[in-house]
This record gives sequence, structure tokens and C-alpha cells, in this order.
Amino acid sequence: MTPLRVVIIDDEEPARSRMRELLEDCRAEFPHSVVGEAANGVDGLQTVTESAADVVLVDIHMPEMSGIEFARHLQVLERPPAVIFVTAHDQYAVEAFEVNALDYLTKPVRAARLLTALRKAASGARPSRSVLESIDPAPRRHFSVAERGRVTLVPVAEVVYLRAELKYVTLRTREREHLVEESLTQIEQEFGGIFVRIHRNCLVARRRIRGFERGDETDGEAGWSVVLDGIDEKLPVSRRQWPQIKALAG
Amino acid sequence: MPEVAGARLKPRASNKVQSIRQNPLPDALPDFRNLGVISRILLSVNALALLFAAARSRDVGEFAAKLTEIAGSLEPVLLVAVVSLYAASTLLERLEYRYGLLAVFAIVLAATAALFPVQTLIGGAGGGRELAWSLGCAAFTTAGVAWYFHLRNRAFSPAISEARLQALQARIRPHFLFNSLNAVLSLIRKDPKRAEGALEDLAELFRTVMADNRQLIALRDELSLCRQYLNLEQLRLGERLRVDWRLDPAADEALVPPMVLQPLVENAVYHGIEPGIAPGVIEVRIERRNDRLWLQLTNPYHEDYQHRQGNRMALANIRERLQLHFDVEASLNTRIADGRYEIGIIMPYRTSL
Repeated sequence: MTPLRVVIIDDEEPARSRMRELLEDCRAEFPHSVVGEAANGVDGLQTVTESAADVVLVDIHMPEMSGIEFARHLQVLERPPAVIFVTAHDQYAVEAFEVNALDYLTKPVRAARLLTALRKAASGARPSRSVLESIDPAPRRHFSVAERGRVTLVPVAEVVYLRAELKYVTLRTREREHLVEESLTQIEQEFGGIFVRIHRNCLVARRRIRGFERGDETDGEAGWSVVLDGIDEKLPVSRRQWPQIKALAG
Repeated sequence: MPEVAGARLKPRASNKVQSIRQNPLPDALPDFRNLGVISRILLSVNALALLFAAARSRDVGEFAAKLTEIAGSLEPVLLVAVVSLYAASTLLERLEYRYGLLAVFAIVLAATAALFPVQTLIGGAGGGRELAWSLGCAAFTTAGVAWYFHLRNRAFSPAISEARLQALQARIRPHFLFNSLNAVLSLIRKDPKRAEGALEDLAELFRTVMADNRQLIALRDELSLCRQYLNLEQLRLGERLRVDWRLDPAADEALVPPMVLQPLVENAVYHGIEPGIAPGVIEVRIERRNDRLWLQLTNPYHEDYQHRQGNRMALANIRERLQLHFDVEASLNTRIADGRYEIGIIMPYRTSL
């Protein structure tokens, strides 16, 4: 059996160093190698894909991106590594883990406990995407897209609109388009007021709406379109959504 | 909830106790079901009888005779009154103090009057004057005991405030404890000396947190506590945590409530430093301005992390402790300005209790 490849992600250096020591203590009983470390989730995603990690030990409580959001982004990979969550004291997360029978470690971590978690991770236990979504207390700060075996993050604030097309959802920023495997309904629920639905198949970032204009005549009736900030494209508003959108326009 | 009610004083409406707002407790009847209260009533009434007998007798023989005579008429009334009060206590509890007091008088006088026929059977002498005399004695005694409880109530009010203070004692976040222990563990193999220092800081910090924190302490001591705390945070946050101290040496001797600053510094780290990848600065500014002490603390404000809990609780806690110590003379205000969260405390500048 090839040794398991482990990555440690924690924003605190002493915590990473302690985890290295503990892993070292486990090595005799459980062969593995530490192939990378990162101090935050964004760097962590890169480290994980570059080092082809099998297991990630990730702290929940980190700046910019929580450990749970990090794990959610990992799931866009074709073969995501196993995730072991680590927390000092997070009542909410611990309850969520218990309810969903997810494995987690509490700091200070005991070597014996770490060993059990590693064995479990090696056995192929993986949290499902929907479980991770359900336990994340806050909306994500990024959308994630798998591109050439890596995770590309798109900050939520950069998204202009999301449009459903057959199997995928197209996510449009000022610069480019990405394909994400999510449903508009879920996105609408997760981000609350950030995006507004202008059409059955389209969500627009509220703060990117510059105005509305009368569109071309279709079916003998002129519809309205959203004029966007930073993109020339105009998006049609469905007749069903128009009353709500109109209220928004004031 | 804080155990404010204590054993002896039972406030009238228990939901009022939950609020730790007002300074002195309003007057309240004692809890007539409390053994301490009952024995106090029995003892004080008998002591009164003793004094009365002593005042009306010239020698020991007469004193003994007098005492027996008084006891004979007093004890049955006293026992019936105490038992009646015991039975009525739940009702009395619900009344406002003045009406409760009236009700107590009514009960005692009724007991006296009811037992009067029995007294006349034993003692012989009856009639209107005797009854009036008995009622007068009963009313006088009741007033005396009521006065005694009133004074006692007043004397124990500060104790209640202290109980509140104790309940309000600041607590350190478990998040901090476990992270710090983890950081210390990381040092033990590499740098045992530093690990020792860190554990000593941690011990000192918890000694203070667990100590009896009701007395005001010198600002100097509170600041050194903050430094110990920040040393520990520095250990795990490293470069990310920067502190800018702007202290007024003239304020060192000022007396402040213990743990008035440490929880705020802890909040500043938790809400201001931890959510950021880039280094952040906590600024602590302390100044003495005439008879006022100004404390100001600012930290970077992270709008996205406002779902993190605990801030308001710590603030409410400190605000109430300030109020208990200084009443309206102290204030605590917060605001957000220029991307920074700012807490300002003003309290009287005092150097002796």
C-alpha cells in the first residue's frame, strides 16, 4: 500500500506544527507522508490539488474561508480527498458533525484519536456534498469550478449573473464565463438577497443591476430587460417576475 | 441565571430577580417559610419579651414570675401567628410590600384576638382593656420585627449586588483556552522554556478569572492581565496580531472593575484579528481627564463575520458591572468608524475605595 498523502490546513502556525508532530507519532502504525501545508482555504485548495492529497486535515475556524466551505469546494474535484475537520471549540459545527455522523477532531488532538480518524479516512469515508451544504452555517464566499483537475474559485462578489442551461449553470463575471454544477434554486436560497430571480432560468446580482429598458416586441407584447453593470449583454425579465423586479427598481 | 434570591430574602416576583438592572432591591417581606426567618422571628420576639419582663421587675424572683406570665400569653399567639404567616406566605409574596405588611399586621392581630378567650380562661382577667393591651403589644412587637427585617434587608442589599457581580464575572472563551493549550503543546518539544512561560501566563490568567472579582483593582493590574492574555494570543497568531498601547502613566493607579478590559481585548482578537489573513492592529488608549478615566479600544471591523457570537454578551456583562460599581457615572459606547470597531468606556477616576 502506498503511503497516504496528507495535507494540513490551519491558519495558526503552532497548530500546524503540533499536527505535524502528532502525525509523526502516528507514522509507525499508519504509514503516510505530509505533502503540503496551507494557512488558509484558498491556498489550501491549490496545495491539495498540486500535491494530489488523499487526506486533508482542516481547521474549521479560519479567516476568509471556513474549513467547511473549503471542504465544499473540494467536492467539485473528480476524486476529492478525504477531509478530517479539526476544531478547538465550535458548538455549532460539533453538533452538525454529530448529527451527520461526520468525523472530527478537537484541539488539542490526541495521537490515538488522530490515528482512528486517519484509518477511517483511508477506508474511503467521504462526506457528501449535500451534507456539507447543510452544515455550513454561512453562505459561501466563493463559487468553485473544476478546471483541468484544479479548483478555480470565483468570489461571489464578482458574479454578475447565473443562468441555467440544460445540465449546467453558466456563471458570468465581467471577465468570463464558468460552468458550475449547481441549481439556481439552491443558490437563491443560500445567498438570500444577493441574487434576484429575473427569469425562471436566471439569477442576477442585485448590486449589478443598473436599470431596466423596454426590450423588443415578442408575441406582440414588449418585455423588459435588465441593463447590467460592466456587461453589455441585456437579460430579459420574465412576465411572471416583472412585478417583483419592478418593485425592486422603485 | 445568577443566584440572586439567596436564602433569606425572597423577592416578591421571581421574574424581577432575573433582571440585574436596578441597584437596590425594593423592600420585600421575608420568606415566612424559611427556617432562618422563622427562627429570627421567634428569637427576636422572645428577646423583646425578655427585655419587657426585665424592665418591669425589680429582682430576679419577680423577673422569673413576670417572664412566665408573659410567656404564657405570648407563646401561643406567637406560634399561631408564625404558623398562619407560614400558611399565607405564597399569598403574601404576591402583594406589594405595604399591603403585605398590612396583611401581616392583620394576621398577627387576628391571632391575638382569636386566642384572647383562651388567655382569659387561663389567666382569669378578661375585658376590653386587657384585649386592647394584648393587641397593642402584638402590634408593637410586629412593628419591631418588621423594622428589624427592613434593616436587615437594607444591610444585605450590597450582598445581593455582590452576588450579581459574581454571577457577572467575565469568562474566558473556551475557544481561547483550547487553542492556547494546543499552541503550548506545540512548543513543548521544540522550545520547552517558552512553553513554560506560556503555561505560567495561562495559569495567571485563569487565576484572575476564577478569583473573587468583586473589588475594584488598580488599572495597572488589569493592564498586566491584558498583556498576559495577549502574549498567549501572540503565540498562536504571530505576526497577524499587533497591539498599539497608548497609555497615560497618570492613570496607572486608577481603580477599575477587574476584567473590565481583558474581555474587550479578547473580543478585539476574536472579531477583529482572527477573521483576517492580513495583520491587524488593536489599539488601546487610556487617558485620565480630570476626575474621569477614558478607555478606548479599537480593532479592524470585519463585516462578513458578524455572525460570530459572543460580542454582545461580553459588552452587556461589562456594562452591567460598570453600573453596579459606578451607577450612572460610568458609560460604555460602541461605534463603527473608518472600518474599525470602537469601544469607549468612561468611568470615574478613583484611587481609593
